[in-house]
Amino acid sequence: MLATALVSGLGLGSIYGLIALGFTLTFAVSGTVNFAQGSSVMLGAVICHALAVGMHWPMIAAAPAALLGCAIWGFIVERIAVRPFVTRGTNSWLMATVALGIVLDNLVMVLFGKEPRALPSVLADEPWVIGKIGIFPLQVLIPAVGLGLAFLVHLGMHRTELGLRLRAAVDHPDAARLMSIDVTMLIAVTYAAAAFLAGIGGILIAPLYNVAYDMGTLFGIKAFAVAILGGLTNPWGVVMAGLAYGLVEACATTWLGSSSTQIVTFTAVIAALALAPSGLFGLRTKVRV
Amino acid sequence: MPTNLTRRQALALPAGIALGSLVGRPATAAEPVKIGLVAALSGPSAKSGEGITRGLTIAIDEINARGGVLGGRMLELVRRDDESNPAKGQTAARELIDKEGAAILFGGIDSPVSQAIVPLVNAAHVPFMGVWAAATNITRNGANPNYVFRVSAVDVLVDRALIKHAMATFGAKTPGLILVNNGWGESNFAGLTAAAAAAGIKLAGSEKFDDKDVDMTPQLQRLRDAGADTLILVGNAAPGAQVVKSLQRSAWTVPVVSHWGISGGRFPELAGSWAGKVHFVQTYSFFGPQNDVGKRVLAALMAKYPDIKGPGDVTPPVGVANAYDAMQLTALALAKAGATDGDKLREGFLGVEGYQGLIKNFTKPFTDENHDALNENDYVMVRYNGDQIEPITG
Repeated sequence: MLATALVSGLGLGSIYGLIALGFTLTFAVSGTVNFAQGSSVMLGAVICHALAVGMHWPMIAAAPAALLGCAIWGFIVERIAVRPFVTRGTNSWLMATVALGIVLDNLVMVLFGKEPRALPSVLADEPWVIGKIGIFPLQVLIPAVGLGLAFLVHLGMHRTELGLRLRAAVDHPDAARLMSIDVTMLIAVTYAAAAFLAGIGGILIAPLYNVAYDMGTLFGIKAFAVAILGGLTNPWGVVMAGLAYGLVEACATTWLGSSSTQIVTFTAVIAALALAPSGLFGLRTKVRV
Repeated sequence: MPTNLTRRQALALPAGIALGSLVGRPATAAEPVKIGLVAALSGPSAKSGEGITRGLTIAIDEINARGGVLGGRMLELVRRDDESNPAKGQTAARELIDKEGAAILFGGIDSPVSQAIVPLVNAAHVPFMGVWAAATNITRNGANPNYVFRVSAVDVLVDRALIKHAMATFGAKTPGLILVNNGWGESNFAGLTAAAAAAGIKLAGSEKFDDKDVDMTPQLQRLRDAGADTLILVGNAAPGAQVVKSLQRSAWTVPVVSHWGISGGRFPELAGSWAGKVHFVQTYSFFGPQNDVGKRVLAALMAKYPDIKGPGDVTPPVGVANAYDAMQLTALALAKAGATDGDKLREGFLGVEGYQGLIKNFTKPFTDENHDALNENDYVMVRYNGDQIEPITG
């Protein structure tokens, strides 16, 4: 049972971590997040389905096109649901991003339909069998992609010029502006990157689940819990929190039964935050008096 | 003496006359009898709503072609989408009763929705006809008088049939239950536990899943470790497909016997290559030799719906067949009642003597004690072959 719980938990946990990375990116740079990150998950899966199944594109073309669509969506979210409110100094972006996500979900419902559809993949058809344990190749790919992207985000933030500009914008936004760094554009780029990451999550999970206009809601909520748990500003912490969340979820179902899954998981989140208010891997802010 | 009317009075007078002519006016021969349908017309179970609509439409076309009911009144189907949501189903039922003046309501696939509507129709004295949802307490609801009738399976009887099929076909000795986490799942948990006890076998265990669960391998692993030699599945198409995908992922080739909820959506597409492994229950199959009614209905379906080219395209057959027979029985009940009044129509159902239907030859289908027209002898086990539903032979 332990092996089954590990496989199930690590797979789902990686998806939560991947989506939560988007929260980390935008929060680190702008102090804001897209609360409709789940809708970006859905958008990636839906566009990919429309191109790969509806228009018979090869997956190698459909997936990048879907991710481009997600990135454009990220720009749109920042431009119309975040920037106008941040520049006026209000926190109304909280509600605006939720509302925009609802608009997108309903728009997709009209265009795509209400029925869930399948996104077949050769990576989720024939499992590898080891003893009593079976695993789809896709379930191995998902954690690898999750950890790989966390590594790339970390590398990008610390080893590239864009990353340096981002960190400069985070630490000293006014000084960055004086140095001709376009902070506004950088924030827009992080929103596009966040939606891009969520889109990857959607495309990866779709063959194991299904594609539906409302598929992102639950993923979005869990990913936000993971982002808070991971410390919000720490990419590695968020990915680790995602894996931990997935494992607790799977272990609760395996040993205590499916009725207890949500009770145990969310109680664990509350308990963890009570013990570590900045998140399990968050940086404690020192306040000098 | 001449009377001077103000402009307001001049406007109000003809409106009042027109309104007065409507109040207390008896139904004319031209006024249609409205047949309400509250079902899942969108969402994961949309196919069920479409199947029920088609069955009702074919029956209504036949009844109207032979002159309608109650001296020439045509039947008119008025549909509302409950989106598989009990609250939306209740609202739709109220609208159909209060605003549309429906003489009877037909229900859809979701037991929780029908369970929510039952108290409402019993209070409003409007008959309700279940044609898919199988929870035992929909018809056996404790109300007196009871306005709820059903031409569909009853969980308590289906559960006996599922256990019987698992034992006869797969030699099951310790089946495991994997059930949706709602009222329908609970209804079947009670029924399957009783059926297993009556058959002298022990259940390996029982696990639940929610409609939005992504991975059911932990639940399945518990059943596997508990020694389940067969799985009994109760759930609708999308989560049912997740169970099958999780089985495939685990490479656990255990036989699966399912209630019929999986036939209400895109199960073969969502479940993938293992969809055909699942045996499930229906009340009718359009394959094989058909009686005269079967031939007539299949021909009418093929003529009306271009996507139906043969018996395998009538999916889901249970929705079509149950709705067709239920509508024909309703026409007979209306004839007995002589009116659309709810109390009289209820008596009309109890007074129907017999009807040669699609599913079977109904004899005294409804009595004071039994509001279910079908029983365990009316079930047929089937499986998917591609998108088509075929009976299991041999």
